[in-house]
Formats: sequence, structure tokens, C-alpha cells
Amino acid sequence: MSVTDSATAPPRGGVRRLTTARAVAEGIAQEMERDPRVFVLGEDIGAYGGIFGATGGLLEKFGPGRVRDTPISETAFIGLGIGAAVEGMRPIVELMFADFFGVAMDQIYNHMAKIHYESGGNVRVPMVLMTATGGGYGDAEQHSQCLWGTFAHLPGMKVVVPSNPADAKGLMISAIRDENPVVYMFHKGVMGLPWMAKNPRAIGPVPQSGDEVPIGRAAVAREGTDATVVTLSLSVHHALDVAEQMAEADGISLEVIDLRSLVPLDRQTIMSSVAKTGRLLIVDEDYQSFGVSGEVAATVAETDPGMLRAPVVRVAVPDVPIPYARPLERAVLPGPDRIRDGVHRLLKA
Amino acid sequence: MDDKTRLDLYRVMVLSRTYEEALLREYHADKKPAFDIGAGLLPGEMHLSAGQEPVAAGVCAHLRPDDAVTATHRPHHIAIAHGVDLDKMTAEIFGRQGGLGHGRGGHMHLFDPATHFSCSGIVAEGLPPALGQAFAFQQAGSDRVAAAFTGEGAANQGAFHESLNLAALWGLPVVFIIEDNDWAISVPRSASTAVASNADRAAGYGMPGQRIEDNDVDAVYAAAGDAVTRARAGDGPTLLEIHTLRLWGHFEGDPQAYRPDLAELAGRDPIPAYQARLQKAGILTAELAATIKDEASARVEKAVEFAKSSPAPEPETARDYLFA
Repeated sequence: MSVTDSATAPPRGGVRRLTTARAVAEGIAQEMERDPRVFVLGEDIGAYGGIFGATGGLLEKFGPGRVRDTPISETAFIGLGIGAAVEGMRPIVELMFADFFGVAMDQIYNHMAKIHYESGGNVRVPMVLMTATGGGYGDAEQHSQCLWGTFAHLPGMKVVVPSNPADAKGLMISAIRDENPVVYMFHKGVMGLPWMAKNPRAIGPVPQSGDEVPIGRAAVAREGTDATVVTLSLSVHHALDVAEQMAEADGISLEVIDLRSLVPLDRQTIMSSVAKTGRLLIVDEDYQSFGVSGEVAATVAETDPGMLRAPVVRVAVPDVPIPYARPLERAVLPGPDRIRDGVHRLLKA
Repeated sequence: MDDKTRLDLYRVMVLSRTYEEALLREYHADKKPAFDIGAGLLPGEMHLSAGQEPVAAGVCAHLRPDDAVTATHRPHHIAIAHGVDLDKMTAEIFGRQGGLGHGRGGHMHLFDPATHFSCSGIVAEGLPPALGQAFAFQQAGSDRVAAAFTGEGAANQGAFHESLNLAALWGLPVVFIIEDNDWAISVPRSASTAVASNADRAAGYGMPGQRIEDNDVDAVYAAAGDAVTRARAGDGPTLLEIHTLRLWGHFEGDPQAYRPDLAELAGRDPIPAYQARLQKAGILTAELAATIKDEASARVEKAVEFAKSSPAPEPETARDYLFA
């Protein structure tokens, strides 16, 4: 089983350019071919191919026995995934929007995430809970949230958040092979959907081979020396855009860290970068307080606050629901303008 | 039903009752004079199952160790009837390293891979995982089944209704068993449930439903036999509701001041009633009943001793077992 760090190593095994959605579906398909225990469950994951395309083509390839549309009963079908995993299967269960966790959270955090611990390690729950996150396209309060901090806060589930096609495929393969429950959270804006404005980074080279991207390892998406930008998912695209512009226009050198996994969190990569730059900007599309951005800041504060030459700056959603009207939504999401402003504040301090 | 089967049901019920009597004794032994729920060898909530033995005995008699069982916050009688290792289960309830979950789970979170047994402390939420176990059995082409126990209070939860629909839709080999003990803690069934029988709700999901009155273990055995046979044959799920009896409080320490039927409970105890029925039928004698009770006591006390002699988990291992 080979491992590739897609952000730094040259891709191998035949590379094509795919959307992230195609890359996810390809990763699932290759694992389904390799392992008969793998199957997919969820709403509209069959003939539709997943509302965000993560299961496109799977029904045609594997049939309705292994690619099963479910009733709108998240508690029942997530729980079904848990029981099937306990009995040795490898379910991939799609929760259409992360925002919908409210109707099924008991199965997720009281059952999926706790059974291994409660059983003293005697019962494993090797399943993938795949879900769409994020806003930026006018879907308002109940269909735009990232919520990864909520899942990462609760013990017993790994949480991965790919930002690009190659990582999306490799992390899906790792998630399926993992012996633990893995919450796989893809931002709708990184999927490369034909019906949603997209950053060019949503399409990229993807190795044909079924290599894993290791869970728990961040990637240095861009090297730099003046400040560290720690971010994840769609915000990586924005941060890289800003870094390119500021390098050209202002001669500012930003290092961008793509967390890729939240649980476990690669604190070492964060610390190594901050040790080099002395300045830390955290960009997170989740709510600001009590979440990922605070955890990253605490990592530095607990380890060696002396390495900071300026106070930490956070650019996140300012603890309000995601509003509908475009000017309001843009005001709360961490888009390029807010990131650029954050960099200026960080460098002026 | 042959005589041996009925004697076996009686034995299982007596073993279960003897077990709960021992836990009752151990639970309260070091919580005197003032009751402190967190004190003593057995801290925390303790939901004992006395009175509900006919449900567990009658259903589990049809199950094999490779069949799955999911139970509730009140799980001991079901675990015993399904054959969960009594020593390890008791050690778990005592929070010991030698327990089923090395002391991590306790009495509401018992997991035994050997008998595919689990339980959940969240009302109705043990049902969805049973669907998945049944799904795995179905996909493997086996005749294994899942028995999913819950209470009458749980029949008003969304998880219950979602689970019945999905199980029926996919023809899953599940038997749903509602233990109707009349009380959702202090709320009587008349104040919680819009229908006289939860078995009527089965029709809404296109599956057979049957209510069994009088806490009658023979009737439970007969109905469960049909339901398990259907599931094994690939004919899908069944819903059974059994009118049973919560002989003791919701949990230990429950004063039950809300309960008007306290005075008549002893007269409704299903175990003396079944003993009398078997003696009248010439299947059981007073001597054999005494022997069965003695054997049960010896087995239970051995389990309690095993638990007490098992070491407590080391504090520095609290972070173990988070991930495989």
C-alpha cells in the first residue's frame, strides 16, 4: 500500500485532470472493485449520482445492491451503516448536507463515534460518513454551514476536509480503508460542479492509481516566509489566490497550510511553519468561536507562544447564521477580500 | 411447546431475576444511610429488569449466538437470555478492567461481539444499528436475524418509525420487540401513546404486528417463533409488542410516588405465576424449582465474585480505545 503526499510529491500512476467530484467517485469505485464489503447508501446517490456528484456513475457500475438510494430517514440509514460496519461491511453513507446532522446526530456522535470506546476496543465501526458543506451560492442559513468544528469537537470520529481533486480521491481511499468512523466533508465549492461557479483549483491532476493520502497529515500548499495562513477546504483556494496576488503586487510571501484533516490534527506542520514565519492567520469558513480557528491558535499558544511576532489573526464566520442576501453572505464568509485584509492586519502588527 | 422448552424458559427467567436481585443488593449495599447515586461499587443510574423476564426469555429462545440483538438502557435480562458471558458482563457493570468494555461502557453500554449483542442508553436509537446488522446478514445470503428490543415509550420516537419503514422497504431480517411496561419513567402509556396497541402501527409499514397480553412467556415464545422464522426465511420484519411489567422503579432510587399500582405488583410477578403453571402441568416440582434457584444463585454469585476480583482500570488508560 503506497502513500503519496499529493501536494508535494509528483503524481504517479497516470494522471488526468478531473473535477473533485469525479475524483471522489473514482476513489469510491476503485475501492468497491477492490473490496466487496464496500457499499454506498444515501439520498439520491444512485440514479442522480449524488446531488454534488460524489457518487456519479457508481449505480451503473455496481448496481442497486451496492449503491442504494434511501428514504429520507437519516437516523435509520446512518444507523444502518453503523450496524453493517459492526458486522464487517464497509459502508459509505452520504448525509446530503452537513446542515442536516440535526435530524440524525444521535446515531453519529452517540453511536458511530462511541461504540469502539465503550466496547473497550472490542467492536469496530469502519464506516465513512460523507457530507457536503459550505456556502457562497445563496443557499442561506440551513444549507450553507461547514460545521466541521462541531464534528471535530466530539471524540471518536476522524474528520477529513479535502480541498482539491487529488487529495479528495486519496483521502476517500484512506477513509474507506480506515478501521474507524471517518467523517468526510467536502465543500460544494471544491467539487467542480458544472452548475456552480468554481475556482480553477476544483479541477486538477489526479493519479489513476489507488494511492492513499494519509489521514492526519496537512500539506504545505504554498511555501512562503512572511506569514503562515492555516486553512482548509474551499478557503485554501481563496488563500492561494490571495497569496499569488500579494506576491506579485506587494512582494509578500505567504505560506499556505492546507489542514486536509482535522482529526487527527497535524499540529507539527502548523508549528513548523509558524516557527519559520512568526505570524499566523487562520482562515476558516466555519463559525469563529469555539471551533477550528481557536484550536489552531491554542496549539501555538500551548506549545510556544514565543514564536509569534504578532498576535494571531482569525478570518472566519462571525458567529451569525449564514444570511441569504448576497451582500450579507459575502460579508460573513471568508472570501479573498477578508483574507487580504487579514494579511494586512497581521503584517502591520 | 414441549416440557423441556418450558423448563428452559423458566430457568432463564429465574437466572435473570436472581441476577437483578444480586445487583439490587450490591447497588444499595454501600449507598446507606443516605442514597448517593454516585457512591459505592456500582455508581450511576441502574435500570433493573425484574418483571420483564418473559420478553427476553421468550424471544431469545429462538436466537442463535450468531444472531444480533440490540437492547435498551434496561438490558440485563436480554443479555442473559441471549447468552452474553455473565462474568464479563458483571465486571463491566462493576466498571472493571475484566469487563466486556474494560469498564468503559457500564450497564447501559454492553457490547459482546461473541453474541452480537449491544445496547444503547438512548431511547429508540438502538433500532437503526440493528437494521445494519440485519442488512449485513441479508447481503451475505445467510439466515441470521437481528432482534431489536425497545420500550413502549420509544415507539413515539422518530428513530422507531424510520427503522420500521426502512426494514420493511428492504425486507430486512429483523424482529422488533416492544417491551410495554406501561411506564415511560413516570408517564403512563395512556398519556404518551395515541393507539391502544403499538402492534397496530405495523400495518402502517406493511409488516405483520402482534400484541401479546399478560406477560405470558409461552405466548411470547410462540409469537417470536413465527417472527424469527419469517425473518430467517427472507420474509422480512415483524413487530411484536409484549405487555410486560416493570416490577421495580425506572431506576434504583426512583420513589415511584406517581404509581398507583404498587400494592398489586407482587401479585402480577410473572415468575411465581409461571412456576405455578408448570407445577400444575406436572413439568416442575417444588424441589426442582428450588434446585433451579440454587443453581442460578451459584452462577450469579460466581459472576459477582469475578467482577469484584477484577482490577479497576488504571486512570492513565482513560484515553485508550478512542480509535482502532
